[in-house]
Amino acid sequence: MLDVSVKKTFGDFHIDASFSVGPGLTALFGPSGAGKTAIAKMLGGLETPDEGHIQIGDRTLFNRQKAINVPVQERNIGFVFQEHRLFPHYSVRGNLNYGQRNRQAGSGSVTFKDVVDLLGIGDLLARRPGSLSLGEQQRVAIGRALLSNPDFLVMDEPLSSLDSARKKDIIPLISRMKSEFGLTIIYISHSLGEITRLADSLVLLDKGQVKGAGPIENIVNNLELIPYTGGFDAGSVLEATVVSHDPSFNMSEIETEGGPMFIPGRDHPVGSKFRVRIRARDVALSAAEPKDLSILNRFKGQIIDHRSGQAGMEELLLDVGFRLTARITRKSFEQMKLGHGSEVWALIKSVTIGSSELDIHLI
Amino acid sequence: MSEAEIGIVLLSLKVAIWCVIVSLPPALLIGWLLARREFYGKTLVNVLVHLPLVMPPVVVGYILLVTLGKRGFIGSWLFDTFGISLIFNWKGVVVATAVMAFPLIVRAIRQAIEAVDQNLETAALTLGRSPALVFLTITLPLILPGILAGATLGFARALGEFGATITFVSNIPGETQTLPLAIYSLLQVPNGEEMALRLVILSALLAFLAIALSEWLARRSIKGLESRA
Repeated sequence: MLDVSVKKTFGDFHIDASFSVGPGLTALFGPSGAGKTAIAKMLGGLETPDEGHIQIGDRTLFNRQKAINVPVQERNIGFVFQEHRLFPHYSVRGNLNYGQRNRQAGSGSVTFKDVVDLLGIGDLLARRPGSLSLGEQQRVAIGRALLSNPDFLVMDEPLSSLDSARKKDIIPLISRMKSEFGLTIIYISHSLGEITRLADSLVLLDKGQVKGAGPIENIVNNLELIPYTGGFDAGSVLEATVVSHDPSFNMSEIETEGGPMFIPGRDHPVGSKFRVRIRARDVALSAAEPKDLSILNRFKGQIIDHRSGQAGMEELLLDVGFRLTARITRKSFEQMKLGHGSEVWALIKSVTIGSSELDIHLI
Repeated sequence: MSEAEIGIVLLSLKVAIWCVIVSLPPALLIGWLLARREFYGKTLVNVLVHLPLVMPPVVVGYILLVTLGKRGFIGSWLFDTFGISLIFNWKGVVVATAVMAFPLIVRAIRQAIEAVDQNLETAALTLGRSPALVFLTITLPLILPGILAGATLGFARALGEFGATITFVSNIPGETQTLPLAIYSLLQVPNGEEMALRLVILSALLAFLAIALSEWLARRSIKGLESRA
């Protein structure tokens, strides 16, 4: 468990952030200039907070009151930077081994072979960083950080220097890394797509302040946080399992906590787990059970929260077996006489699901 | 080549090699301080280091004479405490050439350190290496070409140093008479021109070899790094 409470002033920018991070991947998420990188640097000891404390379990890394400030090299926090920062005068192997030597290879630690296999960099070992592509360089940088056997891995926008094809290659690797090595990762990003794909929990930052923290479902379903969690593109994230494929219509059936859902055909195996993102604006509501309608996905449920959004919109949170956000016009909302506890049918057009690569991911 | 000529060349080489050896460690320290640290009096240090580059060598030699000479405040202390005298011997020549070569070596090293991406050093720290080890494994290998360039410049400067040497330790054959001093002396006497010409050619040859050697070392050091990594 990582416990962070830091304050620091840079000119007229103030960081005042407190949050806790458990196992799995926690995203520090927010727009550029939210203070994400500054907080990551404080975790690593590359920046000193004016006040506060940073604690891993019962190990104190920083405590202003007790005048504790563990130096960078003793913090045991692995870093993957935006730029790969590989050492140009070492080969890939030399880079990977650089962090290994001073640390004891405990029983739970990752081995050179595991890391090289997982990242698919076995053919690159003799090469120099300068001769690698950007994607390869970033993979080596990830491997180097992993092999230093850190207590935590901090990844500071590790994909921002890559094009979308390379991103698609590396995202599953990070996902596997998390599950295979049981790592605790702090992942810094301003990309909602990366985060819905990877994060278990979110710490939402804006202007140096924590706006919300918790499991990703809770954060994206919090109507007050919609301005920070995507705005126009905001939506819910739910987990589902593939039930069957129907090749004749090129549709797939997936099972959600609210019942079956039909989505455009995917080639993932039956039984595999999905994370599906459904944008609030792609959800329509009906007061009565709809008939003679093209929309396949219909979920009966209740309105459990609502609030006025921008430009005559009403943001709603529904419980339809799972939590689902919906956005309708304020006009419809009033004409249908909706409110807390209203029974409604939520309608989700199948064609809106998975229209972007970021909306459906295998987990 | 006569015995006298060989003596002159060997003395010049000895002086130039020692000049580089004694200059490098402090030049590395000063170069690093100037490139990386902000401290009170940094400008003064910078000016003092560069002074020999802009002052007439004779003036530098004179300053050395009055400070390091037998009656100079440092020189008398050195002699009384350690029995070391720099006057009229080759150690004095080393001091004179080292002072003249120092700014060139510092400049080359400083520029090399400034060119190192400090993000690499930070990354090395996050991988658990101590600052000293980071310097040895990251910074030093990356600035090695700069150090070699500085050493070559310093070596060449020491071979050619004239003004400060002749003022500080005089022109004594077999003791302080390096190549340029010998050439100067030969040109002052009748019939000396033939030997002077030979020494001039030897000078040029030594300078050429020094540069070739440093190029070779630079290439080898890069290859060495490659094979070690």
